[in-house]
Amino acid sequence: MTATTDDMTHGHVPVAQAAQPAAQAHGQQHPIKLYLLVWALLFVLSACSYLVDYFDVQGYLRWFLIVVFMLLKAGLIVAVFMHMAWERLALVVAILMPPMAVLVLMAMMAWEGEYTKYLREFFFG
Amino acid sequence: MTAEHVSTEHVTIEPTLRSRALGVVADWSSDQRSFKSASWGKAMMWIFLVSDTFVFSCFLISYMTVRMSTTVEWPHPSEIFALDIGGKKIPLILIAIMTFDLITSSGTMAMAVNFAYARQRKKAAILMLVTAFFGAAFVGMQAFEWSKLIHEGVRPWGNPFGAAQFGSSFFMITGFHGFHVSVGVIFLLLIARAVWRGDYDVGRRGFFTSRKGRYEIVEIMGLYWHFVDLVWVFIFAFFYLW
Repeated sequence: MTATTDDMTHGHVPVAQAAQPAAQAHGQQHPIKLYLLVWALLFVLSACSYLVDYFDVQGYLRWFLIVVFMLLKAGLIVAVFMHMAWERLALVVAILMPPMAVLVLMAMMAWEGEYTKYLREFFFG
Repeated sequence: MTAEHVSTEHVTIEPTLRSRALGVVADWSSDQRSFKSASWGKAMMWIFLVSDTFVFSCFLISYMTVRMSTTVEWPHPSEIFALDIGGKKIPLILIAIMTFDLITSSGTMAMAVNFAYARQRKKAAILMLVTAFFGAAFVGMQAFEWSKLIHEGVRPWGNPFGAAQFGSSFFMITGFHGFHVSVGVIFLLLIARAVWRGDYDVGRRGFFTSRKGRYEIVEIMGLYWHFVDLVWVFIFAFFYLW
């Protein structure tokens, strides 16, 4: 019935306990070395995305690189700095799933934007 | 809540995908609370951050919509945010410096959380002050950037470089982000003061809350701060690099 905080701190919850753990909040403490590593990685990734602009990469390659570096940085920040990697899946799902709805809005507004542009070119162009 | 929760022995059974999914169902269907391993304070900060995600998403999606729908050419951020350093024009350099500055502040914040849980309050407070310093530096650079653009004639309703929507998008998005950073700096200073004094060791009651605080507040503060950094990652990619 009772999962100790030791188990949950590192996400190593035995199968039997995963079903019904005790409600017990815990602080997140991880090796400084890990933070320094992530820090260095964020620096490198930022430098990479800056270099995309510096060397004036254009077209699909530019967009691809920008999005890849962006997602990697965002993932590192959320997973390590914000400790999402060590939280229980119930919280991870509750926090990370709702923003996915934004993608739907984005798709709809991209469609709308294209249409507005088409109308502007048609009537005023 | 305390430092002794750091594991000294490992449980050997790794959770499978199925057991973790079952855990989600069990957590959500259980009595009283769904977030078993996060305190209320942390869970509520996360929920606030989700709502803030939607606010920033709306800004960025509006920006996408106006940029896609305009028939006028969009100004080139690479040139607009270039600086002359030593007689050479370096593209987007100010924004790159601001990015590194904010990442650095995130790094020091993450370490402050560690020291707070380890009850090394002087180190935690100093790291929070360093974080606040980098945050303030960021806002300072943003103020410089705003003044420069306003001086060059960029307004919410038009600018000399191209599409009029550039100005409104720029001021709304970076302004709202800068406001978040400023609020973060204020709270960092307040909490650093409480940590430095040892409020959370002696159980001193808070000024507004009249309740005893815990060192967990540093981690919750950290969540907010990292979120501000996270938003900047998206602004940097979509507004400045795109």
